[in-house]
Amino acid sequence: MITTAPLIERTRTIFRIRSSDFIFLAIFAVLFLVSSLLLETFFTSRNLLNISRQVVTNGLISIGMLIVILTGGIDLSVGCTVALCGIMACGLQRVMPTSVAIFVALCVGLAIGFANGFFIARFKLQPFIVTLATMGVVRGATYVFSETPQSPVDPLFRSLLGGGFIGAIPIAPLIMIGFYFLAWFFLNRTIPGRAIGAIGGNVEAVRLAGISVKGHLILAYMLCGFLASAAGIILASRLGIAQPSVGAGFELDAIAAVVIGGGVMSGGSGGAIGTFCGVLALGFIDNLLNQFNVQSYYQQIVKGLIILAAVISRRKK
Amino acid sequence: MNADAFLRMEGINKKYGGTVALKDVSLSAELGEVHVLVGENGAGKSTLMNILSGAVQPDAGSISLGQTKVIMRSPHQANALGIRAVHQEFSLVPQLTIAENILMGKLPTRGRHRLVIDWPRAWETARGLLAELGFAGLNARTRVFRLSISQQQVVEIAKALAEKPSVLILDEPSAVLSKDELSLLFALIRRLKSEKTLILYISHRLEEVFEIADRITVLRDGEVVGTVRRDSIDQNELIRMMVGRSFEEIYPKRRTRIGDEVLSVHALSREGEFSGIEFSLHRGEVLGMFGLVGSGRTAVARSIFGAEPPTSGSIRLDGKPLRPRTPREAVRVGISLVTEDRKRDGLVMTGTICDNVSLASFPRMSRGIFLNRRLQELLVAGKVKELALRPQKIGAYVRTLSGGNQQKVILAKWLLCTTKVLLLDEPTRGVDIGAKVEIYHLINALVEAGVGVLLISSEMLEVLGMSDRILVMREGRLVGDVGREKASEEVLLQLAAGVGAAEGKA
Repeated sequence: MITTAPLIERTRTIFRIRSSDFIFLAIFAVLFLVSSLLLETFFTSRNLLNISRQVVTNGLISIGMLIVILTGGIDLSVGCTVALCGIMACGLQRVMPTSVAIFVALCVGLAIGFANGFFIARFKLQPFIVTLATMGVVRGATYVFSETPQSPVDPLFRSLLGGGFIGAIPIAPLIMIGFYFLAWFFLNRTIPGRAIGAIGGNVEAVRLAGISVKGHLILAYMLCGFLASAAGIILASRLGIAQPSVGAGFELDAIAAVVIGGGVMSGGSGGAIGTFCGVLALGFIDNLLNQFNVQSYYQQIVKGLIILAAVISRRKK
Repeated sequence: MNADAFLRMEGINKKYGGTVALKDVSLSAELGEVHVLVGENGAGKSTLMNILSGAVQPDAGSISLGQTKVIMRSPHQANALGIRAVHQEFSLVPQLTIAENILMGKLPTRGRHRLVIDWPRAWETARGLLAELGFAGLNARTRVFRLSISQQQVVEIAKALAEKPSVLILDEPSAVLSKDELSLLFALIRRLKSEKTLILYISHRLEEVFEIADRITVLRDGEVVGTVRRDSIDQNELIRMMVGRSFEEIYPKRRTRIGDEVLSVHALSREGEFSGIEFSLHRGEVLGMFGLVGSGRTAVARSIFGAEPPTSGSIRLDGKPLRPRTPREAVRVGISLVTEDRKRDGLVMTGTICDNVSLASFPRMSRGIFLNRRLQELLVAGKVKELALRPQKIGAYVRTLSGGNQQKVILAKWLLCTTKVLLLDEPTRGVDIGAKVEIYHLINALVEAGVGVLLISSEMLEVLGMSDRILVMREGRLVGDVGREKASEEVLLQLAAGVGAAEGKA
């Protein structure tokens, strides 16, 4: 004990893990154990890999949402960005190389994020309203670009991103995990990352410390748009089709994951590790309810209640 | 302690996190008495009154009114018992009219089911109340956001009196009132007193304490030092009771060699806030700035810092012209600002000591965008040690620290950058006496190192005790520039309040 206690303390400070995260992980472990015992089909590599592929979309969007929520903002336009960028990546393959199509789609994601950040930072508008407006614009643009579902023409696009494997491990979840590492590093070890976290804690204190608030806000929304775009491309690749109607409600799942993972809507609190856990928790719950043959309507009710319970348990006394 | 007093508070204890706000405090007062509570910022006056008005729950202790023990879980319950409080922070709804604010929750109604608001009657009632207070000039149908701060204070008092309370708590009402308004308030207090109302009055202006008080209770660091009759004590004795040590012990002002001019301000103006501000600040000098709330002191400092840029005038730093449009530019050239409200615009409350202290020095502790954590920890830990911050753990969250240590975190933040000019706006507000003295020592050390310090404060003794020279502001203008030797409480107050002919340079 004598030797491990400082080690745990050290690990906690390095990774910025809080005691509430430990409780959360414990509950998670219990849930995992119980389901493995109750359901034969749960703890199979096939099911687990399935879950890992299903959480990729929400996983990527949630990173962006976390960054935005850290600044005290919100981004409602991520669901539509998923749709627009997915459909662009697929549709543009007819007229240009796949890699260029993907690049263009990612740039569109960045552009949407820039627009959000610019209006919020420059005109001091409420993020909720600005992103609600861009949500409408982007959704409309998606239908303008293509009213019908688009299939990717490049077989490599399907097999590599969404459906590819390295050995037995699917590629998409690896990409997601990679982004979580980057996000953790960004938020804890870089100047813009620390500044973004501080802005949500007290924007005036950050401004008076001589840090550019506008620039960091725009950066946060651009990263969010970029990640939503990546999520849309990978989703289209996995499904083999991109529909203009996809993505409705994705923003809410992402917010839920961030909040379950310890994020606070007023900003300043939350982290990559917590959000990762939140994403996994939501993924497991979906999977379990499916395996227990719970109807999707009931699933929504259960998920809603779990979000409430998570927030209440994290409430400060 | 009088066993048959009307109001008795006994053994009141209150802790906020780790800090003790009140320790075994007892107080008794009679109907028809003006009982003044004095003490320095953070002595616990406001907390005690918040407990009496039901806004804060004590950890231990009892309160009795008449001869019955009462427990108040909310301001609502306290109101029902006849206790009303006028706080420093207003509880008015700016978008509503004066009448609606005064009669909130009890607007007169008419009609069979009493569902329709009887506006004519509401306005009449409000008008009556205002007239009774001596403020018949206020139109009850004016929206509150159009009123000046002192007019809002009047509305707040009218609101408290609308229900004829037996106990009225006034928390530093004079802080925002003009001289004339204050004399109206005192007349009102005397009348309420003759109507057998108990008035509990918080103040730290000694003159008005002696003018209005029947008895005075002195609080220091959360404890009662004593309760005295007004006629049995003089000002000096009262000060000693308040601060617990002599003047020289608290304000360790040392003479330092004043160097070249570092900052000069010429005809600086910002529309609606201040105009024609001129002064110069030298290396190694503490320049005090005194003025009543709303006199424009804070706005001047924020302007120099680029937080709200000036509309005209010029600033020179080291002889070179400076036009800071953002705080960023000011920080870069070596100007720092410690704001008056550390929670609102000083601290990132969700962050740690390390996060907060680093905030203004990121360029120093990074390579490109990458944070050099080892260097960051080293620099921050150095300052934490230097300022004797408690706890000494740089990973501690600032929200768990006491007021004094939070203030030190902010000072550490600015000491970590290279500062030529330090603008301090109320640096010891809400800080206990021990931390206060440490902050004064720190100011001395900075000045010795050649920093120029502008010390803005509404605490008269602080300005007098620490400054080499004192500027006085009134209504957005500089009305005095007083040397250390000629400055006294009387001179400063006269200049700040605009009475007498003391105006000008001395």
